[in-house]
Amino acid sequence: MMRIRPYLTVFRMRFALMLQYRAAALAGFGTQCWWGFIKVMVFAAFFRSSIAHQPMSLAQSITYVWLGQAFLALLPWTADPDIAEMVRTGNVAYDRLRPLDTYFFWYARAMAWMAARALPRCAMMFAFACLVVPLLGMGAWRLRMPSSLESAALFAAAMAAEVLLSSALVMIVNLGCVVTLSDRGATTLMVPFVLVLSGSIVPLPFFPNWMQPFLFFQPFAGLVDIPYRIYFGGLTGWIAIAGLAQMLAWTIVLVLGGHRTMSAAMNRLQVQGS
Amino acid sequence: MPQILVQELSKSYLVSEREAGTWGAAKGLLRRRRRVIEALKGISFSLERGELLGFIGPNGAGKSTTIKILSGILRPSSGRCEIRGLVPWRDRIRHVAGIGVVFGQRSQLWWDLPVIEGFELLRDIYRVEDADYRKSLDAMVSLMRLERILDQPVRQLSLGQRMRCEIAAAMLHRPAILFLDEPTIGLDAPSKLAVREFVASLNRDAGVTVILTTHDMHDIEALAQRVIVIGNGVILADTSFERLRAEVLTERRLFIDFAGEAPALEIPNVRVRGREGNSIELAFDPRQVPAPELIGRLTAKYDLLDFHLEQPRIEEVIAHFYNLHGATEA
Repeated sequence: MMRIRPYLTVFRMRFALMLQYRAAALAGFGTQCWWGFIKVMVFAAFFRSSIAHQPMSLAQSITYVWLGQAFLALLPWTADPDIAEMVRTGNVAYDRLRPLDTYFFWYARAMAWMAARALPRCAMMFAFACLVVPLLGMGAWRLRMPSSLESAALFAAAMAAEVLLSSALVMIVNLGCVVTLSDRGATTLMVPFVLVLSGSIVPLPFFPNWMQPFLFFQPFAGLVDIPYRIYFGGLTGWIAIAGLAQMLAWTIVLVLGGHRTMSAAMNRLQVQGS
Repeated sequence: MPQILVQELSKSYLVSEREAGTWGAAKGLLRRRRRVIEALKGISFSLERGELLGFIGPNGAGKSTTIKILSGILRPSSGRCEIRGLVPWRDRIRHVAGIGVVFGQRSQLWWDLPVIEGFELLRDIYRVEDADYRKSLDAMVSLMRLERILDQPVRQLSLGQRMRCEIAAAMLHRPAILFLDEPTIGLDAPSKLAVREFVASLNRDAGVTVILTTHDMHDIEALAQRVIVIGNGVILADTSFERLRAEVLTERRLFIDFAGEAPALEIPNVRVRGREGNSIELAFDPRQVPAPELIGRLTAKYDLLDFHLEQPRIEEVIAHFYNLHGATEA
């Protein structure tokens, strides 16, 4: 217990700190409602104009969109702003003075940062898309409940795994930031991968059939596609479990790789100025 | 075995540079020019438990680099360093658990957290037992007068308040060794005094070994029994402050007010540094011209209203020392 106490405290403090930023959460929520409607309308238009059989129904696609809006803050496309700032100013020096494994120190912070940003936003988005949208007379465009109790439980597990996975990906961007001394490069490289391969722009089932095995097993699928398809019952039983297992496996790979990279980067660290 | 042992420590950096202007930038696209900067060129010293060492030198001399190597943040290019039997950069986690470090130009407390929560974070990070934490906290709060600012977020503190909190934060886990890198920079006089008093008492009462870098020579004069002067990455002197002064600038200054116009003075080994109306300033070496003799000769010959004798200010001593060694920054 004594060994992990520091990391738990770091998580707890950052989490509490991030929850303070209410204006940012409200602004994010507003933007996400707006974009959610646009995406929903695009899907509605698409389904109306297509007679071919689609891999997901309109209702499922709409649910997929709203979930994406609710959990947008969990997408790992930027560096942790605290880390980027510390790298720029050289305050990283202080983090190296702590008797902690720097990788897990930052990992705990990244997890808290993501979870605390996602929590109020997804609560508001669920309230909006489940309750307010039908009240506005757009019942067909609402966020539906999980397809079954089993789906709901698996979805909860998938979201927990997603926080772990997403934080490991943020750590990759953080490391890019340490090596290049700026968060821009790594962020620019990460964004297209995250947006396309996670299924955030177009759900992965809509991609060509021959790509499906690859898409299912690449690391970004765990950010959007796997959890959301579990939610509406698109992935069930052993396939859902396989999805969870691939998320955890990628998390372990990314953490181990990141941990090694961190040691190498820190050995080359230079902190100039006083 | 001394508590801190440093032998032939060297550190070089690679810096990229390019010529000024658009053409220089374009050339830089094709070929980067790199230059090796030797921040430390083989420094050696050792420190016993409970010593208080002042580390001075002009900007860019290598003071901060040394502190960063000693605290395990940087790896040296070559050389040996052992602190309490540990190699700082190799045994980093064990090493840093036993030292406290303050960088005067940086903040270790989280900006948006109230001071007390920042302290609690450090308590958990350093795995300090609750009872020990209570004791250190109470001691720090009364010594550094923190009662009234504990609940304020760090961003709302004045520089002096913040620095007092920073130093307290560095001591919560009761380290045996404290590194202070410019802890008094930018502080007003009362805050400087508080910091000095605190450092002195930690060293005297708790036996904490302290290495202090500063540009404020009064810090050195007030605190350090021993001074290392560093310039261009080498140690220029390792001595007591009084010895340093005696070796560098023994000069005295005599300020005299005459009853009438200040006369033209021609005394061997005495230099006229300045004159203004009835006043004159003389500089002399007391080993060549003893002060009583000089004053005796002047009072015998002229009508003096007033005089006083001064030593050169400490800043002047140090600037003179840096110049002697060509140690000012490029």
